[in-house]
Amino acid sequence: MNRLDFEIIRNVIAAPKDTSMIIDVPMILDVGCENGELLKFLNKKKKIDGRGLEISQKNVNICVKHGLSVVQGDADKDLIAYPSKSFDFVILSQTLQATHSPEKVLSQLVRISKYAIVSFPNFGSWLLRLKLLINGIMPQSKSLPHSWYTTPNIHLCTIKDFKKLCEKNSIKIEKSFYLNKYGKQINNPIGKIFNNFFSTSGLFVLKK
Amino acid sequence: MKNSIKTIILGKKIPLSLDSGKQLKNFKIAYQTYGKLNKNKNNVILICHALSGDQFTAGINPFTKKPGWWSKAIGSNLPIDTNRFFVICSNILGGCLGSTGPKELNPATKKFFNMSFPVITIRDMVKAQKMLIDELGIKKLLSVIGGSAGGFQALQWAATYPENVISAIPIATSFRHSAQNIAFHEVGRQAIMSDPDWCNGNYIDKKKTPKKGLSVARMLAHITYLSEEAFQRKFGRNLQNKLSVAYGFKTDFQVESYLKHQGQTFVDRFDANSYLYITRAMDYFDLPNQKKGGLKNIYKNTPVKFCIISFTSDWVYPTKYSKEIVDSLNAVGANVSFVEIQTDKGHDAFLLDEKEFNETVRGFLSSTANIMGVN
Repeated sequence: MNRLDFEIIRNVIAAPKDTSMIIDVPMILDVGCENGELLKFLNKKKKIDGRGLEISQKNVNICVKHGLSVVQGDADKDLIAYPSKSFDFVILSQTLQATHSPEKVLSQLVRISKYAIVSFPNFGSWLLRLKLLINGIMPQSKSLPHSWYTTPNIHLCTIKDFKKLCEKNSIKIEKSFYLNKYGKQINNPIGKIFNNFFSTSGLFVLKK
Repeated sequence: MKNSIKTIILGKKIPLSLDSGKQLKNFKIAYQTYGKLNKNKNNVILICHALSGDQFTAGINPFTKKPGWWSKAIGSNLPIDTNRFFVICSNILGGCLGSTGPKELNPATKKFFNMSFPVITIRDMVKAQKMLIDELGIKKLLSVIGGSAGGFQALQWAATYPENVISAIPIATSFRHSAQNIAFHEVGRQAIMSDPDWCNGNYIDKKKTPKKGLSVARMLAHITYLSEEAFQRKFGRNLQNKLSVAYGFKTDFQVESYLKHQGQTFVDRFDANSYLYITRAMDYFDLPNQKKGGLKNIYKNTPVKFCIISFTSDWVYPTKYSKEIVDSLNAVGANVSFVEIQTDKGHDAFLLDEKEFNETVRGFLSSTANIMGVN
């Protein structure tokens, strides 16, 4: 699976807002790293000390085979074991909506890492709103392909919802990226202002 | 692959200082090697065997004439590939297949050690292995691999000699023996020691063997190595060579026959006193207790790369213990991978041909070897 936000994540790591964060070999944890594609992608241009947490045994095996250090585990249960600020970046790409307790997971992410990079599908996008309005059934899309009764995405939210949750937990949003359905950043001013309406997914760099 | 028995005398100049405070001089370690040592001496893998194992991991065991206990994993093109790696496995100190243990002659007294053999620990076994490796002129081990009590040794290697170990694969193991682990071992030991033929441990001098005690110990232990599901799948309530139960106490069920067979074959190849000493060493294993601050302090700044593997149906060393090791390693930023393999085969799954398990070992080893530039 090719995740839409790889390039943006790489750029964030290469050039964080706080230039003191430019580290020779950043320590990175990819939560829900699947077959390790993102870690490998990040390691290509810049050497990283990459670790992964992945729920599927098959995927962990694929990672281990490629020399990645990946632990079989669950974002909901296992982040608590990592000590505070033990990573430079922790990444949760398109997974938040599938966790049992997004609020707890989010708090753990900003605890264990200096920066957390979180991306998720935006349920507030106009296309989904329109589908629900017109069809009156739970909308499906390319990034949300499941039926309501089989979906692993049990905690869908909009960009607005997400920002509210960050505020509630005093999590600072350092950078925001609004992406269209091709995974490209929305750059026109109207799209940026009405990001909750126009973007298919959001990617945020968080800090606490 | 051909096996011949190799032994080496260690502790000639400097004796081995045991955890008990005693010392061992001029002791024997029996070992086997497979594959070839390369020029850079960077392709060495040390296999640590479990309680009832021996140095004959691959090929044919010359004593039992059966395939070595890990012949499914070690060999040409197998997960631990002898075309690429130089594999060493030694009979643990206190063992009974060539290494110094209770059934060997005490060189000082020219009598059998029997129960005068000093009580040994997992760390003592590892120290003896380190002396062997030194003697063979090997500085670094690409990997130390072991299941069960072999996993204790792998963890101990990483703790005691981190500079000599590049990676470790502790399998189906734990960082200390639990009360239940000790309890099962104690029943086994009591079975041996209450056999009249044990003769207070001097059965060799009396030309006897505590066969019944040792075989009961093995039968009991073997139950713990499988799982409820595995027993049910293999035997169910099937009867042994009969159509109905015999209303007596001879073997009715297949599972009874199987356990008796396990007990009997074990007696032919294993020494009862060795069984006492090794189970004791396992009971004494308590890695966090070796240093203030426990596991986290033991592995602080460790350069060792870990791949920890557990099995879902292992109730001897359940996954939660592996996870505790993983959590401690993560807490100190160590390089750790962890897989829990789905299987109903129980603790012994590591000895069987589990595809996913084999693939994990193969993948981890070959990627580690690639990183280290092993050709």
